[in-house]
Formats: sequence, C-alpha cells, structure tokens
Amino acid sequence: MSKQVTLTINDRQVTVPDGTLVADAAKMAGIDIPVFCHHPKLEPVGMCRMCLVEIGRPMLDRTSGQVVMENGQPKIQFMPKLETACTNRVSEGMVVMTVSDKAKDGQKGTVEFLLTSHPLDCPVCDKGGECPLQNLTMQFGPGKSRFIYDEKLHLEKQVPLGELIWLDRERCIQCARCIRFQDEVAGEAVLGFDDRGRNTQIVSLSDPGFDSVFSGNTTDICPVGALTTADFRFGARPWELDAEASICTQCPVGCNTTLNTRREARTNGDIVVKRVMPRQNEEVNEIWLCDKGRFAHHYTESRKRLTRPLTRKEGKLGRASWDAATKLAAENFVSAKKNFVVLASGRLANEDLFNLKSLADHAGGSAVLYSDMGGGELTQLVGVGAGTNIGKMGAGDAILVVASDLYEEAPIWWLRVKQAADRGATLIVANPRETKLDRFAKYTIRYAYGDEGKTINDFSRKSKIADEFAKAKNAIIFYGSEGLGLNGSSTLASACATLLKETDHVGRPNNGLIGVWQRANDQGAWEVGFRPVPDLEKALKGKAVYIAGADPVGDDPNLAKALKGAKFVAVQDILETATTEIADVVFPAQAFTEREGTYISGERRVQRFYAAVPPKGDSKPDFSITSQVAKQMGVILEGSSASVVFDILANSIDGMAELSYAKLAEVRGQWPIVGRGDLYYGGTTYENTQGLGVQLLPMAQAGGAVRIPKVRKEAALRPKEKELIAVPVNKLYDRGVTIHPAQLLNDRVGEAMVSLHPATAKKMGLTAGGRIKISFDGVSGEALLKTDDTISTGVALVPRSMGLAIREPVTARVLSAGKVK
Amino acid sequence: MGVFDPIIELSKGLGETLRSFLFEKTVTYQYPEEKRPVRPRFRGRHVLKRYENGLEKCIGCSLCAAACPADAIFVEASENTDEKRFSPGERYASTYEINMLRCIYCGFCEEACPTEAIVLGDNYELSFTDRRQAIYPKEMLLEPVPTVDMITPRKVEPGGFNRSVPEMKDPSD
Repeated sequence: MSKQVTLTINDRQVTVPDGTLVADAAKMAGIDIPVFCHHPKLEPVGMCRMCLVEIGRPMLDRTSGQVVMENGQPKIQFMPKLETACTNRVSEGMVVMTVSDKAKDGQKGTVEFLLTSHPLDCPVCDKGGECPLQNLTMQFGPGKSRFIYDEKLHLEKQVPLGELIWLDRERCIQCARCIRFQDEVAGEAVLGFDDRGRNTQIVSLSDPGFDSVFSGNTTDICPVGALTTADFRFGARPWELDAEASICTQCPVGCNTTLNTRREARTNGDIVVKRVMPRQNEEVNEIWLCDKGRFAHHYTESRKRLTRPLTRKEGKLGRASWDAATKLAAENFVSAKKNFVVLASGRLANEDLFNLKSLADHAGGSAVLYSDMGGGELTQLVGVGAGTNIGKMGAGDAILVVASDLYEEAPIWWLRVKQAADRGATLIVANPRETKLDRFAKYTIRYAYGDEGKTINDFSRKSKIADEFAKAKNAIIFYGSEGLGLNGSSTLASACATLLKETDHVGRPNNGLIGVWQRANDQGAWEVGFRPVPDLEKALKGKAVYIAGADPVGDDPNLAKALKGAKFVAVQDILETATTEIADVVFPAQAFTEREGTYISGERRVQRFYAAVPPKGDSKPDFSITSQVAKQMGVILEGSSASVVFDILANSIDGMAELSYAKLAEVRGQWPIVGRGDLYYGGTTYENTQGLGVQLLPMAQAGGAVRIPKVRKEAALRPKEKELIAVPVNKLYDRGVTIHPAQLLNDRVGEAMVSLHPATAKKMGLTAGGRIKISFDGVSGEALLKTDDTISTGVALVPRSMGLAIREPVTARVLSAGKVK
Repeated sequence: MGVFDPIIELSKGLGETLRSFLFEKTVTYQYPEEKRPVRPRFRGRHVLKRYENGLEKCIGCSLCAAACPADAIFVEASENTDEKRFSPGERYASTYEINMLRCIYCGFCEEACPTEAIVLGDNYELSFTDRRQAIYPKEMLLEPVPTVDMITPRKVEPGGFNRSVPEMKDPSD
C-alpha cells in the first residue's frame, strides 16, 4: 500500500494515498469541489479555475526545517491567493477550505467569467438537464452578471466535427477535456485548439473529421453542451428518459451500458432506445464506450424486424401461429433423428444457447457454433484468472496481441491495452501488417500470413522479446482471427496456451489467454458446449437445420448452396435475412433490449442485461422459442424465466455453480465516483447499480489439470508465383446486420476494400483506388483496391462481412481491373 | 302584530320583485348564443403562439412538459433547417400534444416556457365524445397564420434565424 497522507478539508480529517490531488481527496471524503476541466481519468491542467480553494500548509522553520508550532498546533501558512484543487497534490498536515467566503468568491467569479460568452440556450441544448455548467451555475454561481449582455461573443452554433459529433462553439468553455481525452486516453490526437485568447476554438485536425472510434466519449465528459452526438440530437430531454442496464453486443469486450428509453411519436408511440450510454465497470470498460457500441443500436428497431412466426406454404412464407410453426419444426426435427443440426452464433445469450444445446443433446442431434475462430476450450483452461483488470497492469507486465487488430475488433480492449502500455507494460504486437496498436508497442513482430503458430512457438527459443515476456510479472495474450480460419486460429490458440503454460502465466489474475471473438457471446457458446465444425457445408447438407441468430445464406454463397440442399430449415432471428428467405419455418425472436439474459465476455466475465423496451409484435425470447419447439418434440426445457434457465445452466456447467442472477447483480463501490448528482466530476456516464458481473475461474486457477490438446495443423496456404491468397481480416464498421440499420454509421462502413502489397498490385497492373473484380472459393465480387506496404506480397486482405464471403485463407484470382473512380 | 302586517310585508317583497323586473338589467347570459367575456387572467385552452413573421415560438424544449403537474403534455423535437424552417434556431417541436382531460389549467406550462410560446387562451368550450379526441395535436394548438406566405415550415434566407431563445429586453419581466 502506498504512503497515506492526512489532511484537513473543511475541518474534516481525511486520509488519502500520497500523490492524490486535492479535488480527488475531497471527493473521496464526500466533499464536493466544483470542477470543469478536471477529470479523474485525465491529467490535471488547471484550465478552468473553477476549483479555487484556500490551501494552507504547515509552516516550516527555515533554519531547522522543523514544523513551526503555535499553541501546541502546527502553524498553518495560507497562500495569499486561492489555489486550484485540481492541480495541487495533498501533503501532510495540509488544510483546505472549500467553502470559505474567499473560496466561494473565487468560484463565483469563475462562473461569472465562464458565462460571459455562453449563449444560455439551455432550452434547446441536448445537455440541458445533465449539464455541469448548468448545475454549478445554480450551486456556485453569482446569480447575475456584471458583464454587458450585448458584448457576448457570437460564434458558429452548428459545426459538424465529424458525422457523429456536433460542436457548438458558443457553448464551449475551453476546458480541453475532449482534446485531452483524445490525446491521453484514446491516443488519437484528432482534436486541438485553434487561435488564442477569447477566440480559442476546438477544431478537428483529421480527415474525415473527428476520426476516432472513441469520439462519443467526449460528449460524456464535455461539461457543457458544446459536444453532442448526432445520434441523440434533440432526441429527448435527459429527465424524460428511463434507464435500464444492459451489455453491449457488438464485440467480446462486453462493455456495460445503460439504455435510455422513451416513448416516441415517430414510431407510433412505441417505447424505443433513444441512446446508449456507458455504465461504469472499472474492470471492463471503465467509463468509456466505443462509437460502434454507442451508435449501432438501431438494428433492434429496424423495420426488418420479424414480428410473427412464418411457415412456408406452397413455396411462400406466410403467417402462422406459434403452435403451428413450432409443431412443424418439431415434426421435422424428430423425423431427422441424427440428422438434426442446431447452428447458433454468439449473438445469442447464454440461456438461449444452453436450451439449444440441451435440445440438440436430447434429440440426438449436433450443436454447431457458427464461427470461424477456434480455441474456446483453451480459454476455458488457461483464460485470464478471475480478478483480471487490464486497467491495473503496468510496469513489469507484458501483453502480447497476435493476429488481431484490436482497434477494429475490440476498441475498448485496444484502449485499455494502450493505457497499460502507457503505464509501462511491455506491449508486443505480432501481426502481418501494421495496425494502430503498433505505435504503442515496445516490440512489433511482423510475420507472413500462415506463420502465426510458428511466431508464437518461436517464443520458446531464446530472444530478447521471448525473455521479456517470460520474465514478466503478469502476462496476457490476446489472439484473434486476422488472416485465419478455424484451423489456423485453433492452432494459434494452442500455441499461445502452450506458451502461457510454459512461462507460468496461467491461473492468476492478469495472466492468461483472451480470444478476440467475432461476436459478443462466442465465449459463452463455447462454455455451454457449442463447437464450430471444420466443414460447415457438409454438416448442413441434407440435414434438418435449426439456425438461431445467424445468417449463413447472406454471409456465404457456399453455405447458401449447402442450406438449399438441406432437408428442412428453421430459422430463429430478430431480423429478416437472406437465411429467413429460404427457411421453411421462421421464428421471431426478441432483441437483447427486450428481454433478460447473460453474456460471457472474452475475459470470461458473466454479465447480466435487462429488458429495457417492450417486445416487438409476437416475438419471444430465444430460450423460450426453443423450449416450445422442445415441448412439441417431447423434451421439457424451461422456457418462461431467463433466471431459472440460468440456474439450470449454472448447475450443469463446471465452475458456474455459485452463479445466479442475484450474484451477477451485485455491485461494489468503484473509483472514480461517477453518475450521481455530480455530473461535473466524472461526466454523464452512469453509475453501476445493476451488476458488475462475475469472472469465471479458468481451469488453471480452479486447480484442475491443464492439458493443452494438440491441434492437427493443416499446411498454411502460401502464395506461389503469380498466385494470390485471399485472407480474411476484421473491420469495425462492417455490413453486418447488427450495424447496417444504423444509418449514421453508413459513411464509416464504406464499401468492400481489398488490400494488396503495392508490388503485387504493380505486378498485376492494378492501381490503388480502382475497382477490381476478385474471385475465390467459388465466390466473386467487386471491391475497391487499396495498397498497404506493410503486408507481405502475394496476399489480398479481404474484410469479413463486407459483401465478399471469406471464412479462411483461400487462393484467389483477380478477374478484371476496373477504372479508377 | 296587526292583521294586515303580512299583507304589507308580502307586497313589499313583491314590489321589490316588480321593481327589479322592470328597472334592473338582467344578469343571465343566454349561453351559447351570448358569451360572457373572460377575465384578463383567465386560463382556458392553450394556444401555441407565433412571432410576427409567422415562425412558431415553440422550440420544442419540453420544459412545459417538465413543469406540468398532470403530465398532460408530450413534446418531441426535431431539427430545423433553413430549407424547412418551423421556428427560429436549431430546434422545433415536431410533436406537441396536450391531453385536455388531464390538464388542470394551472398555467405552469406558460410560466416554464422560455419563449412565451404556450399561452392559456380564452377558450373554455372543450368537449369530446371520446378520449382520443381530448388529445390536441400541434395543428390544433397552433395559432393560425394571417397570410399564406407565413405558413410553417417555410424556406428562409440562410443564417437569419440562428437563435432559439429571443433576447430578453427586460430580464426582470
């Protein structure tokens, strides 16, 4: 424990760790000092002068260095002027007065100055109602201004910083929280100050404007209404919103969120999600949320939502009753016997997956995970230990990121890994091409696509990097699926697990393996027993297939062909997809916003989400649909209560027996304190009152035997002379069904882009920026050509879910080169 | 008491009746043909006011709804553009509904309004045959425009109306 310092704030004795800022020390003691520019997650700057207080320190004798005593008490010497509480660190015996007349006067003066050019258009401001400036003006302001109203500075009011964030220059008080957030926390200095003095203004320095996936966070920490999101623009007043805790479903980080809902006239009086706000969980997302999580929620209210069960009659899908639809599916599943296949994805909650798996087991069928990434059984063995908090990693620790572009795949992990590196952790990035994380890495390993496993195995040989990794106090490996299919990623996971085991980085907090999955609950699917299969086409052909939360037809023409050859297809989804079009039965499921459930994040944290809006139409939660189908098949599964399904699940899975919904809803005090009456301190992030979740113990920590199974490695494809290998990469904003309906993000999604090494492109006579037609694995499609000189020659990078179906590395051909647009 | 006393008293009373019948003005109003003028501070059915140029005063800030003790008002805002302008500034009320069955005519909405857009008017003749009719949408509440060219939404010169809240001439008002 670090050294403690005792000081007096407003006649109260407070003991805090040495080095704490006075403003934070007061907060810890429950004393509010008004602040605008100070933020507990940012470095102090002392720009706004709102936190002026009187600070006195014990007087020291100049000759002896001893504290001067007066009437048996140390003599306190006050500075002649007020000091900022946000830049002064505590010292022993310090005396702080935050509510003395002098301090109050200073604070009043600051508010008066800040308001000299503020437009006071609170009625039309999106921040009005949760605005620190509004609150502090009421609480600490002078009540009236001595400045001349007509001399107010009038500036531009609607400045788009990017397509997601609006800036109102008049409202800005130049606290630089947004600039500092981008510089210090996000590591992307895309905002800056322009001009000086009274003309100081925030500008975006990037093209496209505000080019950061963390831009939404600046609106949370903006203490005024200067930065607001385009998504929520005039959506509602903050006090009209209801709040319900949820979990972000866009990536395996599992950020805690709060859904703000309100009745909306535009949608005929439905209650809809108006905005998604981060909810504090210092071990997961701290108080941040990426733009994908914040703005991509619209798919749950898409007009393509399925609302009624459908069955195919005379070749056309038509409305049917739940009874008829489930009965039809059940009959076909029963008659299929062993040929019954459940294909589900990590988009579903644990309860849904558990019921589907139980159904497959009871009916003698198989449960297949719709994923092209392997290694989930290894994260169960040597995953990160319970108590892991990347936010606590720093000097002496090591983080290895391999075959994953965290910025594109899991932005909040990227942010936290980057910050761990800032604190001194050794960051090793192994990737075949340059990624945004390289900038913060101590070591960058560049390998050719196909060498992933070998690169990790090479850590067993003596080298500077391997040595530093092995000697690290704590080490975490993030492995992903960049350029890899199922076999490749399984091999890589196995190599990573072996490395961790050999260097003894397993079974402890902040040590272990994390899979950067493609879907939010892939880890959960592995936990309940779903496994991907190497040859999915073969697994589907001629079978009776029960597809849940997946769109194989839309994703891959080969799978479409396989499914057209299936005996019977039942699809359970929330949206109309290409797969529902070929289905024999369609079940409308409820979105995660409409029901309860749990997800398991990549760090194996079981987290609970709650129902925020009423269900659409006749839809039901997935686990309930499955139980209804099961009932018709003669299998009894719980289908009415998510928490009961979870209890059954917890009892039947090793290491989860202790868990229940009540346990998952437990909370502890967290630092910094956010989201209460003091929005000026932490921003508009919600306080976590509905559950921090529970991290599962990996086998290595639970004391079980850790035996890493061998993976039979298939020979990786190597580009031969005049041949091209297409490899899959992951993109943040893709054309997936869970992003596409968010129109705001359409510009960022863009079109499919294939990247080649400039030399390869030149050899083939292609120019960057042109359109090419590329063909692989029986699929062909058009894409924009980009060149990247950090990748190896002979490979073509094809983003997943962008219209070109790719699941694993395949040989490719460029059919034609179009013109430059 | 004399024998004639009751007769005297009775004729006094009847005389008074006769006098008021013949010489006093009647106080009965022949409603609905004849309507009694309301007092200056009367609080009747709400009207959403316009500026002299025809633009709506309401900016969709929803403060009236926040002030409403009966939760009778529902407001939803949208963004103004110079191509399609409803009110000055960035924001206007795309939905404005008052449930007249819920309203208690307290006038808090009037007091909360930063632009003096909502005013409780003189009309007290509200009747409905079903509950849905009691919800008055914006079209019913909005003051009619004097001339056709003042209709909202309308196209305006860019940059002319960038302030939502009018400057207060006398802040103590």
